[in-house]
Amino acid sequence: MTESNGHSQTNGEHYVGTRTIRPDGHDKVTGRARFGADFNLPGQLIGRVLRSPHPHAHIVSIDTSKAEALPGVKAVVTRDDFADQPSEFVPAGEMMMNYKDVVRNVMAREKALYEGHAVAAVAATSAAVARKALKLIDVTYEVLPHVIDVVEAMRPGAPLLHDDLFTAGVEPKPEKPSNIAKRVEIKQGDVEAGFEKADIVIEREFKTAAVHQGYIEPHAALATVSEDGSTELWCTTQGHYIVRAHCARLLGLDIGKVRVTATEIGGGFGGKTVVYLEPLAIALSRKAKRPVKMVMSREEVFKSSGPTSGATVRVKLGATKDGKFVAAFAELKYQAGAFQGSPVQPGTMCAFAPYDIENVHVVGYDVVSNRPKVAAYRAPGAPISEYAVESVVDEIAKKLDIDPIDLRLQNAAHEGTKAAYGPKFGPIGLEETLNAIKKTEHWNAPLRKWQGRGVASGFWFNIGGETSVSLTVNEDGTISLMAGTPDIGGLRASLAAVAADELGVPYDKVRPIIGDTGSLGFNFLTGGSRSAFSGSMAIVEAAKQIRAELCARACKLWEAKPDQVEFSDGAVRPLGALAEKVKAMTVADFAKVAGKTGGPIGGVGRINAQGAGPSFGTHLVDLEVDPETGRVSILRYTVAQDAGRALHPAYVEGQYQGGAVQGIGWALNEEYIYGADGKLQNAGFLDYRMPVASDVPMIDAILVEVANPKHPYGVRGVGETPIVPPLGAIANAMENATGIRFTELPMSPPKVLKALKEKGLARA
Amino acid sequence: MRYEAPDSLEGAVALLAAANGEARVLAGGTDLLVQMRADVVEPGLIVDIKRIPETRAITEEKGGWRIGAAVTGAELKEHPRLKKIWPGVVEAANLIGSTQIQGRATMGGNLCNGSPAADSVPALIAAAAVATLAGPQGKRDLQVEDVMLGPRKLALRKGEIVVSFLLPPRPARSSDAYLRFIPRTEMDIAVVGAGVSLTLDGGGTITAARVSLGAVAARVLLVPAAAQAIIGSRLDEAAQQRLEAAARAACRPIDDKRGTTEFRIEVAGVLARRAALIAQDRARTN
Amino acid sequence: MAKHHIEATVNGDAVEFLCETEETLLDVLRDTLHLTGSKEGCASGDCGACSVTLDGRLVCACLVLGCEVDGQKIETIEGMAKGEALHPLQQRFLESAALQCGICTPGFLVASRALLEKSPNPTEHEVRYWLAGNLCRCTGYDKIITAVMDTAAALRKG
Repeated sequence: MTESNGHSQTNGEHYVGTRTIRPDGHDKVTGRARFGADFNLPGQLIGRVLRSPHPHAHIVSIDTSKAEALPGVKAVVTRDDFADQPSEFVPAGEMMMNYKDVVRNVMAREKALYEGHAVAAVAATSAAVARKALKLIDVTYEVLPHVIDVVEAMRPGAPLLHDDLFTAGVEPKPEKPSNIAKRVEIKQGDVEAGFEKADIVIEREFKTAAVHQGYIEPHAALATVSEDGSTELWCTTQGHYIVRAHCARLLGLDIGKVRVTATEIGGGFGGKTVVYLEPLAIALSRKAKRPVKMVMSREEVFKSSGPTSGATVRVKLGATKDGKFVAAFAELKYQAGAFQGSPVQPGTMCAFAPYDIENVHVVGYDVVSNRPKVAAYRAPGAPISEYAVESVVDEIAKKLDIDPIDLRLQNAAHEGTKAAYGPKFGPIGLEETLNAIKKTEHWNAPLRKWQGRGVASGFWFNIGGETSVSLTVNEDGTISLMAGTPDIGGLRASLAAVAADELGVPYDKVRPIIGDTGSLGFNFLTGGSRSAFSGSMAIVEAAKQIRAELCARACKLWEAKPDQVEFSDGAVRPLGALAEKVKAMTVADFAKVAGKTGGPIGGVGRINAQGAGPSFGTHLVDLEVDPETGRVSILRYTVAQDAGRALHPAYVEGQYQGGAVQGIGWALNEEYIYGADGKLQNAGFLDYRMPVASDVPMIDAILVEVANPKHPYGVRGVGETPIVPPLGAIANAMENATGIRFTELPMSPPKVLKALKEKGLARA
Repeated sequence: MRYEAPDSLEGAVALLAAANGEARVLAGGTDLLVQMRADVVEPGLIVDIKRIPETRAITEEKGGWRIGAAVTGAELKEHPRLKKIWPGVVEAANLIGSTQIQGRATMGGNLCNGSPAADSVPALIAAAAVATLAGPQGKRDLQVEDVMLGPRKLALRKGEIVVSFLLPPRPARSSDAYLRFIPRTEMDIAVVGAGVSLTLDGGGTITAARVSLGAVAARVLLVPAAAQAIIGSRLDEAAQQRLEAAARAACRPIDDKRGTTEFRIEVAGVLARRAALIAQDRARTN
Repeated sequence: MAKHHIEATVNGDAVEFLCETEETLLDVLRDTLHLTGSKEGCASGDCGACSVTLDGRLVCACLVLGCEVDGQKIETIEGMAKGEALHPLQQRFLESAALQCGICTPGFLVASRALLEKSPNPTEHEVRYWLAGNLCRCTGYDKIITAVMDTAAALRKG
């Protein structure tokens, strides 16, 4: 039996790399698809959360008696309903979180650590009764001084959030607790010596504000608990197996007794990789003995779910006068919010990763403050550090009078480069993306006064991880594909295409679903740009099993030897002389006789996907500044990014375009605005200003494909890299337009106008 | 919470006058429902005025135009003649929010919401619009600039509602414009708003003008000094600079999450000038 | 206070429902009439995910009270396809990959249909400004705008 990769169909079609219609598409364009808040169970109660109005306070007492007595209230939970958890770090998306902190973030214990921190929750027969009940809960707070700025939080004498938090990663171990949770470091070569060799050294400090992932769908969960403790949960999440693990742990349940269904998800970007409502809904349902549905309001999403860090970043880069980077140093101070775990580690790793530099030293600090605990946001940590680095690279290009793309090409990481954070790169596509940008008409288009052009590159390492899928051949030859990573942007289309090509069946005969946690082995969450990469790898495994099984059955049926049959073009084919005696049998043919030839036909892929290839991207942006008001308009935008192999080109383009626009918002207008009172002032879409359709132009997407040799199709994850270059590209374009280097984001109009006036550029 | 939808002015006035506790008028609902949802207001009574014909009509009156307080921005835009005569008023009402908001939002609601950042109010004030009110003591008229006294503070007495706005007759070679500054291109509350209405003589000299600024003080301002700065001129460089200076001098803005004090003052001058230039351009072709 | 008894038309069907004063049209559509295609993204009229048309006018259902719609015609995403035939916009969105997570898609489709019914030949600028009240966080708007303009062109060809 010869092995074949089955890359074409009985009808000659193949689907990988084409623009198929996604299998879940019809339901999504008709409103039939069910997202988190669209699920209901008969007899359900509505749950709502009481949240701290104070950014920092001891919770002295909680009196829920009046709320419990209100007619219609069926359950109330507080910290007393959640057992404390010992310290243990677990993955939360691409970041780590500690169970001791998870239980406290889900429900405050000793202290309220941010405005919006959950303090109690109720389940009642209607939303109106639930709201009334919250008002009847008496919480006695002892208000404490708060701190929300990362540099302020690092000072000795700053208000202390946790008296058991001692800075990790420093020697000797500190005796006093502080708000600095951790110090991380990567080192390569000798930066001091490197800076000595440099002809030019540029050092700058940058500041970014906290920004939210901005998913349009608020968090939602529906839980029902039986008397024997078995629990069913529907929730909008990027990782229902993670939700299961966290809920089981927090509530003392066997993992096998908790069945989580991931509903369709209305955006996540990393923000839905942690639990907020889910444990509360389960705890309430357990107490009330009825299903409990909970949905966050938009205000709760902003105040009580994790944005990404705001940060202060210092970058020092040295180069020879010919433009060779010889030494690179950066110091990152990232906000974690109320509990440790900012993405400072990946920020550290990614900062200089696009460049081949002999001497690199990056130090990072993870700092807590009285803000919501940060959650992952698309390439967590990297946009911040790479904004700073790409800005300094641009300055060096200008000072040395070297074309900014040529300077990057000269120093670009390539196959064989050892990244400062550890690995040696295999084949990568950074140079290809730089050259692709250089070749565009955009790069050479003329600019007018007050218009500027900026370029920047970016990187994300991508992950693989534990993945389980199943492929089942149904009696009529259709294929049921079950994956376990929620589909946030077209995954099912890509997986169906791979399965169709692997088995040689038409695309529309493959029906993919996302299974619940009871239906498949463990799946790590959708994040880390892993779902298409890992899912397709696992499907290849499952399909291999099916092809092998069909070949074995053919051998039995035809009384043939393994080397007389071969699977190709969607069928098991007899070879040589055998071909005169028997006819080929397709997958559908075998399906019809499955029972008689051994039973149901299927395959399972259970892997810990390795070999994720990094994806590099380069962005080019033109913008125009109104010198009288400081308003910035994005005129033109081009993205070139390496996808390895685009399983579905349109959805890969979509990732490039979506990430670019998130970056535009981050660069120009998005930020968490706090008052001195530690309270969030813009907890809504009116004043948390995300780009609208009229704010952006078409985003040209160039698919570069430098195959990842470690994936059967050459796939690289693509979802996260697109948000990394925009901040630097836009800051560089601003410098090109105004001559001013903006080292603080967002570059909102009041800041821009002020800078123009200070430079004497604004019209008086 | 009671909801009533009277079909006459008398009915609405009687309901509001008799209400004990919080009562609110409902026109487009684009402010009221948001405030109810945010627990900023919990009315005991909601009086929906959309069934009252006088609040929904657009009619010519004595050479001018009477616009019902509950006419939506979208309806204003669709009126075949209004946007030719009062392009500034129509565009201001259609800058509020989004297409969806404009399908419901009204100038009556925009004014009575009492926000100095309201988009349609500077245009109405620049137009010298008069608001007709109906109350328990009967009807009365107020210049629009006298209706909003401060944030959420109106000159309305208990039981009074705004019924309609009267835009005065338009001399030849007149037009208006409204501009606002927002950080994005749509969807934001005005950081600064400027409405300018003017009339030119045959030679192109400005013979009459009104300038109004929004979001730069506790109420929407009528700025006579800014108008004076350009009357008698053809909006040459010097006149433009005088206009900017006068506009800036009138501002008493706050620092908030939407803009700093200095930013608002700076931009107020820029927008007043730009709006005046647009109005002048439109007036020339009128 | 007793609930309001409302009679209206939803997607061509006569409906009757009871609602409290403070319930919005969106609450009624989703929780009483079980039409969950219109979504709540913000409850403040800032995201457009709840877009419906009311007597032909594009509005946010979260900014209309249930008790206001007595005697009125409401069209939601659920009424856009006619039987098995998708509206050309729906079909084009699928073909052009103009959706990723899909939560904003009902709102965009309702809003886009309202645009094309009013303005069959919109420029890119007009499309973007008309749809400024519909937030999308996944696509960056590019493929949505393209899908709307391509559909407009196809419909004009007839």
